Amino acid sequence: MNDTTHENDRPQAPAREQAAEGGAEERARSEVRAFLLEEMREEAVRDMEYVTDSRTFYEVKMKYLGRAGRVTALLKRLKDVVAEERPALGKKINDLRVKLEEGFAVVEERIRRQEMAHRLAEERVDVTMPGRRRRQGTLHPVTRVRDLLIDVFVGMGFEIFEGPEIETDYYNFTALNTPADHPARDMQDTFYLNDRLLLRTQTSAGQIRLMEKKKPPIKMLSPGRVFRSDDDATHSPMFHQMEGLVVDKGITLCDLQGMLDEFARVVFGKGSKTRLRPSYFPFTEPSVEVDVSCHACGGKGCALCKGTGWIEVLGAGMVNRRVLENCGVDPDEYTGFAFGMGIERIAMLKYGINNIKLLTENDVRFLEQFRD
Amino acid sequence: MILPLSWLKDYVDVDIPAEQLQEKLFSCGFEVEELTYRGKDVEKVVVGLIQKTQKHPDADRLTVCTVDCGAFGVKQICTAATNVFEGAKVPCALDGAIVLHEGGVQKIKTGKLRGVVSEGMMCSGEELGINDDYYEGAEVNGILILSDDAPVGEDIRRVVGTDDWLFDIAVTANRPDCQSIFGMAREVAAILKKPLKAPAVHYTAHPTDVAVSVTVEEPALCPRYVGCYVADVRVGRSPQWMRRRLALCGLRSVSDIVDITNFVLLELGQPMHAFDRNYLEGDAVVVRRAAKGETIVTLDGKTFSLTPENLLICDKKKGVALAGVMGGLNSEIKPDTSEVFFEAAKFARDCVRKTSRALGQRSDSSARFEKGVDAYTCAIAMDRALHLVEELGCGTPTRMRADVNAEPLVPKTICTAYQKLDDLLGISVPHEEVCAILTRLGFGVTPQGERFTAEVPLWREDVDGYPDLAEEVIRSYGYEHIVPTFLKNASVTHGGLTPAQKTEQKVKNVLKEQGYAEACTYSFGSPKDFDLLRLPSDAPERRAVTILNPIGEDLSVMRTLLAPAMLWNIVRNVRRGNEAGRLFEAANVYLAEHLPLSDLPEERRRLSIALWGEGDFFDLKGAVEAIGEAFDVRLQFARDEVPWLHPGITAAVYAGESKVGVLGEVHPAVCAELALEKKAYLAELDYAALSQKFAPDITYRAVPKFPAVKRDLAVVVDEGVTCAQMTDCILKTCKFCRAAELFDVFRGLRLGEGKKSTAFHLTFVPEGEKPLTPKAADAFFKKIVAALQKQLGAELR
Repeated sequence: MNDTTHENDRPQAPAREQAAEGGAEERARSEVRAFLLEEMREEAVRDMEYVTDSRTFYEVKMKYLGRAGRVTALLKRLKDVVAEERPALGKKINDLRVKLEEGFAVVEERIRRQEMAHRLAEERVDVTMPGRRRRQGTLHPVTRVRDLLIDVFVGMGFEIFEGPEIETDYYNFTALNTPADHPARDMQDTFYLNDRLLLRTQTSAGQIRLMEKKKPPIKMLSPGRVFRSDDDATHSPMFHQMEGLVVDKGITLCDLQGMLDEFARVVFGKGSKTRLRPSYFPFTEPSVEVDVSCHACGGKGCALCKGTGWIEVLGAGMVNRRVLENCGVDPDEYTGFAFGMGIERIAMLKYGINNIKLLTENDVRFLEQFRD
Repeated sequence: MILPLSWLKDYVDVDIPAEQLQEKLFSCGFEVEELTYRGKDVEKVVVGLIQKTQKHPDADRLTVCTVDCGAFGVKQICTAATNVFEGAKVPCALDGAIVLHEGGVQKIKTGKLRGVVSEGMMCSGEELGINDDYYEGAEVNGILILSDDAPVGEDIRRVVGTDDWLFDIAVTANRPDCQSIFGMAREVAAILKKPLKAPAVHYTAHPTDVAVSVTVEEPALCPRYVGCYVADVRVGRSPQWMRRRLALCGLRSVSDIVDITNFVLLELGQPMHAFDRNYLEGDAVVVRRAAKGETIVTLDGKTFSLTPENLLICDKKKGVALAGVMGGLNSEIKPDTSEVFFEAAKFARDCVRKTSRALGQRSDSSARFEKGVDAYTCAIAMDRALHLVEELGCGTPTRMRADVNAEPLVPKTICTAYQKLDDLLGISVPHEEVCAILTRLGFGVTPQGERFTAEVPLWREDVDGYPDLAEEVIRSYGYEHIVPTFLKNASVTHGGLTPAQKTEQKVKNVLKEQGYAEACTYSFGSPKDFDLLRLPSDAPERRAVTILNPIGEDLSVMRTLLAPAMLWNIVRNVRRGNEAGRLFEAANVYLAEHLPLSDLPEERRRLSIALWGEGDFFDLKGAVEAIGEAFDVRLQFARDEVPWLHPGITAAVYAGESKVGVLGEVHPAVCAELALEKKAYLAELDYAALSQKFAPDITYRAVPKFPAVKRDLAVVVDEGVTCAQMTDCILKTCKFCRAAELFDVFRGLRLGEGKKSTAFHLTFVPEGEKPLTPKAADAFFKKIVAALQKQLGAELR
């Protein structure tokens, strides 16, 4: 390569100069004669032309302008020149230095551009290749819906209360106005552990435990696992419920519907409405079944709502006076409402899940669909 | 319950279509689960008159009939049936008709049978979906021959009784009074604002010498017992109209006496029983608890051994019926029965339920008693039965009537203010409307200014306070009148999650970020899972709470570990071809202090984390560490052994002094048992204990003024020296060294057998106002190397 041989030759020049040490003054003077300076400039310009990258650029620049460079060397020699010639000679050398610096600046800019262009061409990547990240996990659809519901009701001033999953007969039934011979006990097939303890069949049990501890005003939400001895395509022996309870002065059925309307709008979309219709639960009177306008068809009637335009989502009612009495709350002073919904049911409606079993099979292909 | 529209019309003039009635019932609290037109599977079948029959020219077994179908014209129909004759009236399926056929439906078209045109088909009873109870002769082999008065050209469904609507109504548990045709009629009359016609109950009671004594020894279990003696019984078949009604409700006719008891059960909701009086020894009926070990053979021939829990109807000597459940075989009605003793009683629903459950013996009667029968209806039902006996002419009602009425029937009264109802509902219902609604529902209403008194109908045992009245009013007045309000009177409350609930949400999110999907498994599992986990017989985990009535053995014990359910999750996933995955679950285990269970067991929060397919022990450990990091708890890990994890790849997790869980590779023997070919890793953390150690809040620590200095250290140690030992040694030797992070382990021939090279990133952090010079760091480095050499025999590489 041209520039390599070229470069190797050059550093020899100062060595030659140093070898001829005698008659220094004369030689210095003669060296800085104009034609010599011009020769050095031409040589430098030639060197510059051969510079193709920043490394050789630096080397060449140092060769002339570095501490041990040739121009610097000339300046050092200036002290050996007779005093009256020094200013003129000094100016000439300095002019040369400035010229070379200007020249190098141009070359540097050229090199910088070349190298940038080269780097940009080199560094091109296939931007369609996959990104690098840890694949996020997911929260269970039941958890997602549970958290969504909690969010809705916490905003309305509800606190979250979690009662035990294994309950006594008293909290699960008797205190909820469902004594031993009550036919409503047949509505729910209960898992018993002994004649007094059972797996709770409803989160309503939490109502009593909370009201025993806390006096009105109460706004409580009680989510959790419940158990019923039922196992088919639409029933799971374990599922989740969310119980809500409001007890205060002057609470009415209108308030219940107002709150549920709000719930429906958040969970099923802005245009959702609720409809109350009579039902029966031992712990509420009056009791209602609450339907939400079908979010799939907007109430016109479709396969999801079986053509009715409505979907049954929860049970509710005004808290039965006996339940309040059982918890030491004066039913003449306070009224309240309670509502309970199946979280799986809401999740199935919301995400279009058609089989409750999917929620406990834990197939990762199912679970991993519930990404944020 | 099934409500046939035709039967309902006996008591109320229903002048709206069935679909409209369904809607009205629905908005009043009676969900019609299914509304079926009984004749829906039969169409375009009419009454035809066979004018002429001829042999088929080319088929010996076929007959060609000329059938007059009235307005539909005269049709030529071929049949293979042999019971057709000229002048017979038959059901005739016209071209395009639909009839039942082998469990489905069949469309009839005009066609040719062996060259002769056949313009339809003559039908059997089966093809019309009926039996003898609907129409006599429907079960004969061949074509149904209709009676001579059947009008030619008439829709067959009107003739055979299938032109009817069946409402399958879900009656809520508080309304046992609506579990009957007449009970529903009361509601329908109120809904339609129509008068209610009561069933006829009059009859003539004839004198008799017979006296059957009735003694109720357990008035609490039998609050009312009405018994009547019927003489001159001639057991026969019930008339078609009665049989048809039983059939519409899904019951088969037995004999007139038995049919009457079933008819009354359906019509009034009162179960009845008929005893053959000749088999009631001593002319006595005693209602008592069974003696322990006493046996009875019920009508269906089953023998039961009883306990004092079971209420028994007895004569002077023996049990003759299992009260409320089923009669005894010894006193059943037989074709030659000549005297009958009718029973209409109220038995306590709990008593009937217990007996029915304990013996596994159910009947329409027991189902009805379990829902609750009111004492008021007992006497009416008896009157109705005797009226029917007279009407059917199958016996002579007598004056011998016993009525053991333990509770005098006094209607409840509720005196309240209209305002109380309005306060509960949140709307103002006009006073006249309140009174009118309650009156229509059978309440005796007396208005008194701002208040009113309501006398509760005797059949409404569910009503006992003003909220019940509010419910009666609003369900009739209409829930559409409720105006949604948003807690306009309520106090402002401060809501929110508890800190513990928030923490758990955060933990789930940490695991989510680590790539784990949240799972949800049942709280109960199989006792065999303990064997699967190779737990020794005395393992505390085996002390599990068991369910008395589980769905199956697989779901019979409350779990004490989350691991088995998680293992099954992995197995299920791998079987379905999900080669790799990461799962976690936060759920309770149930730990009993004493077994058998005497009090509520401890419900302890656990966290199960699993991975399989991709990743190993250290990936799982990383997830556990991530939780520690998120809550600023320094977790430490030490070698451990549990039966279900690989003995060489198991660690106990410590937060401070307390052990908060284990993690490791699933024991290969467990995998082999499950035929699981993938390596799987499980962590089971005691979340309750771990979360105790979570830092309550963030405390700021000053950022060092000067930058840290880093050095890499590589030493060769014996294979047995652990990472933890080296890290400990490093950190203890130099207090400026704040982190020693293992980044490489290398083994090779050059190092010698049983040796490994380990490399650490060391971070030296300056303290206070002085920077840390490279020289100082080099000195620390030397000190550390020396300590490692002395304490662990390490050689600098």
